[in-house]
Amino acid sequence: MTEYTDKIQEIAKRLLAEGKVEMVIGFRKGTVPMMNQPHYAASAASVNELIWDSNCALNLANYVTDKKGTIGIVAKGCDSRNLVTHIVENKIRREQLYIIGVPCTGMVDHRKVSAMAGGEILSMEEAGDDLTVSGQGFSKKISKADVLQENCASCTHRNPVIHDELIGNPVAEQTDADPYASVRRVEDMTPDEKWNYFEKLISPCIRCYACRNACPLCYCPTCFVDESKPQWVGKSQDAIDVRTFHLLRAYHCAGRCTDCGACERACPMGIKIREFTKKLNKDCQELYGWEAGLTLDQRPPLDSFKTDDPQEFIK
Amino acid sequence: MQNPYLPYPVRIDEIITETEDKSLKTFKFVFINPDDEKKFAYESGQFGELSIPGLGEIPIGIASSPMEKGFIKFTVFKTGKVTSYLHAMKVGDIMGVRGPLGHPFPWETLQGKNIVIIGGGFAFTTLRSSIISILDPANRSKFKDIHVIYGARSPGMLLYKDELQAWAQRDDIHMNITVDGTNDPNWKFLTGFVPTITEQKAPPGSPDTYAIVCGPPIMIKFTQPVLDNLGYSHDNIIMSLENRMKCGIGICGRCNIGKSFVCKDGPVFTLSQLNNMPKEY
Amino acid sequence: MTLIKIDRQTWADGIEKAKLAYRVFGPVKEKNDHEFKQLDKGEMPDFSLQNTRLSPKAIVYPQSQIMLTYSLDESRDDCRIMKEVENVTAPQLVLGIRPCDALAFPIVRRNFDSPEYQDTYWIKAYEATTFVGLACNAACSTCFCTSAGTGPFGETGQDILLMQDGDALYAKILTPKGEALAASMGWSKPAEPDAAGKLDALKTKAEASITASVSTDKLKDKILLELYGAPFWEEEAFSCINCGTCTYVCPTCWCFDVQDETHGLSGVRMRNWDSCMSPLFTIHASGHNPRTQKYERVRQRFMHKLKYYVDKYDKGIQCVGCGRCIRMCPVNIDIRRICDKMNRFDAKSCACDIASS
Repeated sequence: MTEYTDKIQEIAKRLLAEGKVEMVIGFRKGTVPMMNQPHYAASAASVNELIWDSNCALNLANYVTDKKGTIGIVAKGCDSRNLVTHIVENKIRREQLYIIGVPCTGMVDHRKVSAMAGGEILSMEEAGDDLTVSGQGFSKKISKADVLQENCASCTHRNPVIHDELIGNPVAEQTDADPYASVRRVEDMTPDEKWNYFEKLISPCIRCYACRNACPLCYCPTCFVDESKPQWVGKSQDAIDVRTFHLLRAYHCAGRCTDCGACERACPMGIKIREFTKKLNKDCQELYGWEAGLTLDQRPPLDSFKTDDPQEFIK
Repeated sequence: MQNPYLPYPVRIDEIITETEDKSLKTFKFVFINPDDEKKFAYESGQFGELSIPGLGEIPIGIASSPMEKGFIKFTVFKTGKVTSYLHAMKVGDIMGVRGPLGHPFPWETLQGKNIVIIGGGFAFTTLRSSIISILDPANRSKFKDIHVIYGARSPGMLLYKDELQAWAQRDDIHMNITVDGTNDPNWKFLTGFVPTITEQKAPPGSPDTYAIVCGPPIMIKFTQPVLDNLGYSHDNIIMSLENRMKCGIGICGRCNIGKSFVCKDGPVFTLSQLNNMPKEY
Repeated sequence: MTLIKIDRQTWADGIEKAKLAYRVFGPVKEKNDHEFKQLDKGEMPDFSLQNTRLSPKAIVYPQSQIMLTYSLDESRDDCRIMKEVENVTAPQLVLGIRPCDALAFPIVRRNFDSPEYQDTYWIKAYEATTFVGLACNAACSTCFCTSAGTGPFGETGQDILLMQDGDALYAKILTPKGEALAASMGWSKPAEPDAAGKLDALKTKAEASITASVSTDKLKDKILLELYGAPFWEEEAFSCINCGTCTYVCPTCWCFDVQDETHGLSGVRMRNWDSCMSPLFTIHASGHNPRTQKYERVRQRFMHKLKYYVDKYDKGIQCVGCGRCIRMCPVNIDIRRICDKMNRFDAKSCACDIASS
């Protein structure tokens, strides 16, 4: 995907020169390997910093929430779906955006790569599906397919669903992907097993809220955990409060989550937060035939009411 | 080593509703352990953390004067979780007070000087403390002319109404009490915003004249140019700031403005000091 | 200063002995990362690490800590009278703290132990703790301890410094507290005469392995308000999502929130780590917020560490160069980059800087 870099810069320069947008939001190369940084370019000089490779995993829709003015934005499949959600939820207007669509073959899970490398990685080179990671005294070839982020490995919307310009030919969508295998495993557990599973899952949480803040859906002016009048949730490391945060946040994302994986990528403690959201995605698909962020013409299912909505789950 | 987070237990001895909208009440506290009163030795301008078990703490300026013995007083505006709860508490209820905290007004510097006290709205609490201290027979001769300019939205919104009346009768303090506006035909004091009254009534600036200004940001914003015009040096303009606080002792890290903590290094700053600090308040 | 050689058996026996007198903490591997944990009987610290994911600050300053307790039971005489919680005074031993993390304690102490106020909880826990450091033979690319007041063999903040030369383990006793510990652990065998020289060579090599650095020499001379008003803050803060990761993983971030929590008729007043990245940190009850914009909060964090602290104490920066915030920041905000920008900043020529950026 690295060949996209020149194309992104070229389009960004053109958009800025033509005055079509005031800034172009994309990524610049990070100061550490596999950690590219969300970046905006508003001048020709800063456009040259824009890059594209398999480490552009964060969701850039997070950076246009309630923004004024016109914005060019680089968007892979999931980013584009969150832009759709943003537009439907009135967090940005379609006319404000010039979407530079990037067909995506998945992003790399830096933790997986680090665990495989056997030493501190000082650089990563990318050529098609081949990644070469190098460090002090080692250099290792890794197949990208083996180290994809889990959400990317099971992604069925790699091509942007909405764009003003597509940067390359659409990539083939994955048809054999099963995003819900782990959800079914949990569904098959007894209540006690489920309880233990989720308790263990969130036990490393330090409540830094990186998951929430990296999520484009979490734009509430005051999150329920921050509310003080009334205070719904305590602020300590008490397990009840930690649990409440994760469960309620997940439910706030029901029918809206695009499984972009930003929450898991941002979590400093490596918590698999998608174990919560995926279940709700699955429910939305099964109950309402709904996947978030695919169309501008329809309200999300929990945001609308139909007389034939399923209700057998109400007990 | 003394635990600085442990409040002194106090009992609410009296509650006075100060304003017509009932948003401001003065709480008079008596220390449950008599020795604690000595430990709580304070000067006008300092504040305390009012501590309600189960709710939390709020930093509030001390409205009583060190010249008043046997109790301490705080006037509290009902705004957040803790203050709303406090407003519903009753005489005889037990709670805690931590302090005194922060620096007082610079009383040593102020000795032998003219003082202009300018206050607006409910930010008159530590100014009340100051006036009581200054007017005390033991202290009055230590200061030259005392001017007070105090304004509220309406007569019913003034704090300490009886005391204001009494001070207005005295000849050793120049009281200028004003309201933004009123229909009350019996209103015998001034009408007009604090900056305007300051322009008309405050003495000109001089090395021997200090202004103490406490009030809402909008009042401060428009009073400052008036004092500039009157020739007050920024070293002679003293202000008291507020910021969100928790510990009150410069440790929890939340109320800083640049390298200064409002709680520990303030809340009293001169305008000269503030000019060299970020505007993060 | 005594140099002692510790053989494998003495090491293992000593730790078990120490567990009788101390709560012993050491790095333990969990999944892919190491964390400091209290070691159970028979459990040994795992020194095959670069550093722990979280800093060991929680051993002295837990993320959630109960400070006061009280009863809300009206039938009790002590209803609503707040009481101090018994502080941690039982001896604690931290085994294998890296020199960078050890330096954090004296840095943070200036905040918790000031001439005017003593934070009894922090101070008592700190004084009850013996710090046994572990020198780094090789740094990671994000380590910049040598430009942050210590080094891979730095000794500040430790009572004993352990150094590994291949399989051989040496202990340098640095304080009387360290001497007492060494005696109780049975660490008494003097190192061979040429050990000091070999360790010096290791130290030189380790220092040379540090590739990252920051320049801090000009920070003190900057005019605070000029640096505060520097034009780079908004751009540098763009990617920030205002999570608390940097502040929570940082060994020198000390800010906390105080909260009351009640269960039935009993209540506690506790403190929890807090983060200046959160808008909640500074919001007034009136709704006014002195730092509404995210760049203002990002600026606060860096100005605090690299300017306010420097000006206030004249003891260098409030950063030990551990690099955790760099490695863990989900959006790659890099303190080295920002520190250098601050150190380089020239208010007079900043107009040109903007034009060229």
